[in-house]
Amino acid sequence: MKFGVVVFPGSNCDHDCYDVVADVLKQPVEFIWHKETKLKEFDCIIIPGGFSYGDYLRCGAIARFSPIMEEAIKYANNGGLVIGICNGFQVLLEAGLLPGAMMRNTSLHFICKYVKLKVENTDTPFSSQYKKGQVVRIPIAHNEGNYYIDEKGLAQLKKNNQIIFRYVTNPNGAVDDIAGIVNTNRNVLGMMPHPERSSELILGSQDGVGIFKSVLDWLATR
Amino acid sequence: MFTAEVKITLKKTVADPQGLTVQHALESLGFTGLAGVRMGKFIILQLNAEDEVKAKVEAEEMSHKLLANLIIEDFSIEVYPESNRGVKQS
Amino acid sequence: MVKQEVYQALGLTDAEYQKIEQIMGREPSSTELAMFSVEWSEHCGYPRSRKYLGLFPKEGKYEALIGEDSGGFVYDGLAIVFKMESHNHPSQVEPKQGAATGVGGIIRDIFTAGARPIASLDSLRFGPLSEPYNRFLLKGVVDGIAFYGNCLGVPTVGGEIYFDESYSGNCLVNAMSIGICKKEELARARAGGVGNPIMYVGSSTGKDGIGGCSVLASHEFGEGEEKRPTVQIGDPFTEKCLIEATLEALQTGYCVGIKDMGAAGLTCSSAEMAHAGGVGMEIDLSKVPLREEGMEAYEIMMSESQERMLVCVQKGKEEEIGKIFEKWDLHGVVIGYVTENNKLKVNYEGKVVAEIDTEALAKAPLYEMPAEKPNNLDEINKLDLNSIAEPKDYNEILLKLLASPTIASKEWVYSQYDHMVQTNTVVLPGSDASVLRIKGKKWGLAATSDCNSRYCFLNPYRGAQIAVAEAARNLVCSGADPTAVTDCLNFGNPEKPDRFWYFKNCVQGIADACREFNIAVISGNVSLYNESPKGPINPTPTIGMVGILPDLNKHCTQYFKNKGDVIILLGETKNELGGSEYLKVIHNKVAGDCPELDLTREKAVQKVVYAAIQQGLLSSAHDCSEGGLAVALAECCISNKNINLGASLSLVVSCQLLVRKDSLLFGETQSRVIVSCDKSKAAEIEKLAKENGVPCEQIGVVGGRELGIDGLVDLSLCKLEDAWRRAIEKMLV
Repeated sequence: MKFGVVVFPGSNCDHDCYDVVADVLKQPVEFIWHKETKLKEFDCIIIPGGFSYGDYLRCGAIARFSPIMEEAIKYANNGGLVIGICNGFQVLLEAGLLPGAMMRNTSLHFICKYVKLKVENTDTPFSSQYKKGQVVRIPIAHNEGNYYIDEKGLAQLKKNNQIIFRYVTNPNGAVDDIAGIVNTNRNVLGMMPHPERSSELILGSQDGVGIFKSVLDWLATR
Repeated sequence: MFTAEVKITLKKTVADPQGLTVQHALESLGFTGLAGVRMGKFIILQLNAEDEVKAKVEAEEMSHKLLANLIIEDFSIEVYPESNRGVKQS
Repeated sequence: MVKQEVYQALGLTDAEYQKIEQIMGREPSSTELAMFSVEWSEHCGYPRSRKYLGLFPKEGKYEALIGEDSGGFVYDGLAIVFKMESHNHPSQVEPKQGAATGVGGIIRDIFTAGARPIASLDSLRFGPLSEPYNRFLLKGVVDGIAFYGNCLGVPTVGGEIYFDESYSGNCLVNAMSIGICKKEELARARAGGVGNPIMYVGSSTGKDGIGGCSVLASHEFGEGEEKRPTVQIGDPFTEKCLIEATLEALQTGYCVGIKDMGAAGLTCSSAEMAHAGGVGMEIDLSKVPLREEGMEAYEIMMSESQERMLVCVQKGKEEEIGKIFEKWDLHGVVIGYVTENNKLKVNYEGKVVAEIDTEALAKAPLYEMPAEKPNNLDEINKLDLNSIAEPKDYNEILLKLLASPTIASKEWVYSQYDHMVQTNTVVLPGSDASVLRIKGKKWGLAATSDCNSRYCFLNPYRGAQIAVAEAARNLVCSGADPTAVTDCLNFGNPEKPDRFWYFKNCVQGIADACREFNIAVISGNVSLYNESPKGPINPTPTIGMVGILPDLNKHCTQYFKNKGDVIILLGETKNELGGSEYLKVIHNKVAGDCPELDLTREKAVQKVVYAAIQQGLLSSAHDCSEGGLAVALAECCISNKNINLGASLSLVVSCQLLVRKDSLLFGETQSRVIVSCDKSKAAEIEKLAKENGVPCEQIGVVGGRELGIDGLVDLSLCKLEDAWRRAIEKMLV
């Protein structure tokens, strides 16, 4: 199972994602430089957290036009698995691979802390390792994690069971406590919390590793 | 040369905590009669367009594609002939 | 303009100017004069403090590394590089950018050494939060550290925040950064190899931060031009790219030396790199990428635009190095060459604008400053305990102390810092020290910063020793062996003898304490002239300390873990209230002497705690500091967000009967650690303590939903937590 981790200038969770795949999952993984125009064979692509292009203009707005994103969009539209974490989620929203937009936290502060998430849908390639309703501890670290979608869009998300994680206590003002969603085809996941930061016992929680392990399971049974 | 000034604000239907915070701060300083405060972005574009109409069209395209996120933001554009409001970037 | 006005505006004295003229053998140009003024300033040349900095031990029990701009130690073949630096004055003027560029500067010092930055700590000091400007400063500084540090992807894992009147008008922002690399990959800040190109890399140069020269500018050059603020603006995105590009460039092995353009920008970096390498340098300012048109030579030399560095590259490799910086959308251009004389020659637009002997430039004068004990200190040091009324309600006192911002939880601050990125933070902020993993290694690192400046005000020599002892104690309580020290020496105007007396004594205290612990002072920074019209700051020699955990799995935290665990106090409690937070907050007094410190006892206590953690005997360990035993015990109960556990204690046993109750609960006697352990392990701990001559007493048991102490204190955990956890946040709204 080969993973790719996209690197934009300003990405800063790229190594963390790489390390989880290599050291915890023990799977092959490669960095993908944002200027690349050809995507190699990958089983799953991770768009990591950070401050791509300094988060200037809007988070993810400039990264979305990097050469690699055109390839990533094609890849996703062909059913390839894509995980966007934090800034990666913002990039996926800007690219239109996921619905909605991201706004500043209502506290107007950056927030870094562990939060509790409720798993809402386990029937996706990213969440099969969890139980529906299970509460997991995964940290957040963002300034713009206040997920916005209009009522119509929210109704669609609910109807299609696209909401994967909800905050138990809403830290940022996100609509309907949304922490993570998938697209209608369920091959693209975007989430604000950082599963790569909670995938090893020494770091205080292993609750995040389930996302990566779900991907492995899904790929193996395909 | 034309200067296009792009103003970007959050849509009226979208909550603006930054604007609210500024409003509260102004009120606590004794400014009364504030009906509301909205925050936004102000972007100055210098365009080598043939005429004002073309400059505006170009600025609109830029705003649609990159500068504004139309899911949450609105924008407005004003175009002037070349002004001295130069912004030199490295 | 008269020359005298020019050099005086630059901060040079008549005598210094004459010396410069003598060295040059002619009248110096304005650019040359400006260069001398910065190199001979306290900030760069340390003319007043240099003599005393020589007192610090340069060697310790771990192999010390002392480089040009930072230092570190060697463990398991790896170099752990760290340094702390002040950015006080810029933060007082513009807190967000001041703090942000402070973080940026210290991190550049780390990666120019070839080390990847792995963690930051920030030691902050402000005036009371009752004043609006101090609230503005705290919010702005935290915002700046978050804005810059979070974007870089370097976790801000710890630090400290103190509040005291003496910082109203002059806040302190001391930023520390830690990096790591293979020992053989360490880079030097020196030029070498005649003919090797000198490259300018990073961001472009603007007029920002032309500090000491602003007066000069308005008189001699660009008459009528708007005066720029002297605050530099930070761009963390560029810095992040610069980290990656620099480390990539250093990996090629083609870089001879590299230096950050920090204070006085190109002047310091070029002159010091040439001097350190014992060579000369010729640079052409026309080649420097500029952000603004029409910049004068001295402006280019003095600009403190951020995110720029100077690199000496092997001849023929400049193109390859340039390409790496280009890949990250950064400038990478050759602006000069190494020459064989010791001259720094600066050309601009076809003319020579400066030609200076680097040896002379680097030889800042050395001044012997008069030092005199402040004449009112003896009076302040007198404290008659009988004049302090013992309170009736100890619950109320404890809640007040827990809500005192110096003691209260700093969660409002550290939750705004990304403290988990790089996925190595094993012990998050909020315990005695932060613990970091090194991926692929069994061992780990712990880091802390400490200084109680009230102690230093009352007794500079012992106060500084306590800062060292407490830093070491914090590391030991986390399971680490202290390895080396960086310091950030913040004091008032050294030209005033009482201020300088504090400086001298604090330096001596740090030096002696570090010798006693057998650890080296590997880097540091001096910040003098910290005064406002209200007076000088408290003497604040901030200590940054890093330790090694030989086995990362054996780390320890301060909070109670298991119901039924026995609570043991190591060390003894004396009748001491001088300099305590209790005396300040409750009785509004800064008086007495600071607590006593017996370094032999201190080392023995630390030895016992360290051994007990290594043998897996302890559930928790927490150092007793501001607020004394009662505050430390409350923190043991409530500082873990997931499990809060109460405790019932009896402190009034044996010899401690002789101690006043307020001093028993809130006195700040040094060399005390509260540990908890399974009942079955208590005897082994007692045996360890006895072997090392450390007083050791079982004082209670973990459990319940209250903290109860001898019937003096009886409070629910909810009440304690409510007072402590959100106190700072509440004061800011």
